[in-house]
Amino acid sequence: MMNYFKLAYRNLGRHRRRSILSGLALAMGTALLMFIAAFFQGEMRSAMETTLRLNSGHLQVLAADYDPDKLSVAWKYLIEKPEQVAAQIETLEQVDVATPRLLASGIVTVQDDSVGVQIMGIDPASKANDPYRHLVSGDFLAADDREGILIGYPLAQNLGLKTGDQLSLLVNTSDGTVDEQMFTVRGIYTTGTTAYDKGIVFLPLAKAQAFSGAGDHASMIFVLLKDREQADAVAAAIPGGSFQVKTWRELNSLLVLVNDFSNAYLTVINLIILGITVTVIVNTLLMSVFERTREIGILSAIGMKGRQIIALFLAEASLLAVGGIAIGALAGWALSVYFGKVGIYFGDLGLSADMLFEDRIYTYLTLESAINLIITAFVFTIIASLYPARMASRMEPVEALHSAQ
Amino acid sequence: MEVAKLTDVTRIYKIGEVETRALNGVSITINDGEFTSLVGPSGSGKTTLLQLIGCLDQPTSGKVVIAGQETTGLSRNQRADLRKGTIGFVFQFFALIPTLTAYENVEMPLLLNGRNAAQRRQRVMELLASVGMTDRANNRPDQLSGGQQQRVAVARALATDPKLILADEPTANLDTENGEQVMEIMKKLNKDTGTTFVFATHDPRVIKYASRVVTLQDGLIVKDSDGNGKS
Repeated sequence: MMNYFKLAYRNLGRHRRRSILSGLALAMGTALLMFIAAFFQGEMRSAMETTLRLNSGHLQVLAADYDPDKLSVAWKYLIEKPEQVAAQIETLEQVDVATPRLLASGIVTVQDDSVGVQIMGIDPASKANDPYRHLVSGDFLAADDREGILIGYPLAQNLGLKTGDQLSLLVNTSDGTVDEQMFTVRGIYTTGTTAYDKGIVFLPLAKAQAFSGAGDHASMIFVLLKDREQADAVAAAIPGGSFQVKTWRELNSLLVLVNDFSNAYLTVINLIILGITVTVIVNTLLMSVFERTREIGILSAIGMKGRQIIALFLAEASLLAVGGIAIGALAGWALSVYFGKVGIYFGDLGLSADMLFEDRIYTYLTLESAINLIITAFVFTIIASLYPARMASRMEPVEALHSAQ
Repeated sequence: MEVAKLTDVTRIYKIGEVETRALNGVSITINDGEFTSLVGPSGSGKTTLLQLIGCLDQPTSGKVVIAGQETTGLSRNQRADLRKGTIGFVFQFFALIPTLTAYENVEMPLLLNGRNAAQRRQRVMELLASVGMTDRANNRPDQLSGGQQQRVAVARALATDPKLILADEPTANLDTENGEQVMEIMKKLNKDTGTTFVFATHDPRVIKYASRVVTLQDGLIVKDSDGNGKS
């Protein structure tokens, strides 16, 4: 076996520049494969994490009749005594945090400018609300604040607001009317997701309840688990009847679908890149077969069998593949790590709240994906190399010997 | 003892619609220890006959028996196996593998025969010494003269101790001195080891070493004589 590789190494050295270029093509292909995989994985991971963290949580406990599309605060759609319900849910071992939230629709007005927003009443002390604590300016809300409001950075920019400024907030109340009140911008937050930050404003839960007439009610109990894969088990443990429990999979069916789509899309891109790359390798080996026809005839004449000639050419392909893929994997990994730290800026992707992307996409590559890609690139190269190798092995010694005389 | 026996062998090459009859019902027996020259003008069928004896090609009709084994109908791999243990080749062009050293070129048939490292080393050094190439063992073909390359090729042909060595115009690309040297070496090996040699040639320098001269013309054997010209 070593002798095949020794011979293969020397054969590749005959046309060093050609071999290096072929190896580089494979390296570039592998690096590209890894970077694209890291980009897609990073994008989907970010979308999933952002959406779960900001929007859906791992579980939502809702009143049996609650319709998330209406954002109604009529009592019949809400959960009564939500703090008690949340405290009960928090006693479950798999639950990390459970906190009540009240959602209402409203309009922010500053002078002549008005923007429709979603008002979210939150318990400021809950760690589930940590993603909103990244403040551009000002302070986070206090539970007993009756005049303060937390708004997102894009909304503040849009309306020319800064901390301490006043705004008018109109809300649809529980009895079907509207109420309006002046609030002071207590702080300006950023989650890094423009689509989210420009449309959500926060009030302390007690103030939101009082303002909207929801009384001692909330729209949902927002639940984060220690392990999101436990969502179904926890959902089953929460008594039904007056509640409906939605898991993150049910709440983000679009995102799950897009994730599946992206995997299929990634497979197609991988096949295209691999196809182009292995064509270069096959071309190199074919040229080598044509140039070395007489040599193949000599080897055959001294007793080398067809399978041994195949092994010789596969050894050359293996060396090219190992060298090229190793360099490509290192480059791909380095690119993934670099852009995993600094991210790639895309700005507001303008997607709906069903699927949230951060303004920056951070590449992310798992070791498993990297190993899969490396093995796939290697196997593809070897399979493609079978064609020139078999061509060499099927040469009749007489014809091969006379080819270049 | 017969090393090779060809009976009523015909070889027709077909290129497009044109048929060329390279051999036309040739029968010949090569016996153990012979030093035979196949002579004749270009196109007489010398190389074709050599290729059939060497199992590099198969006849259109007729029977070829090498070392007691009928070769008709053997697969490509079976023929490779037969060549590996029974037949050595020396070609007109200096047919060494350019990426291997002289040592490694001689070693190659031994590797294919599955000899272990110690056996290979001993045999290769023995052979290189017998052709006077010990001091160039680590040189690659492009660092050797034509005569030196051909001596290495002879050593390689002898590596597996074959019954039969076939040489196609072995001196055609050599000057007089190198051609003589190569022929002296082969003649000595023939005497010392009893290995059978068959040459295709029209070089008088080769013919003068032959113990048997077979003359071909238009794909037929027209004369079969000993080295002194007696039929």
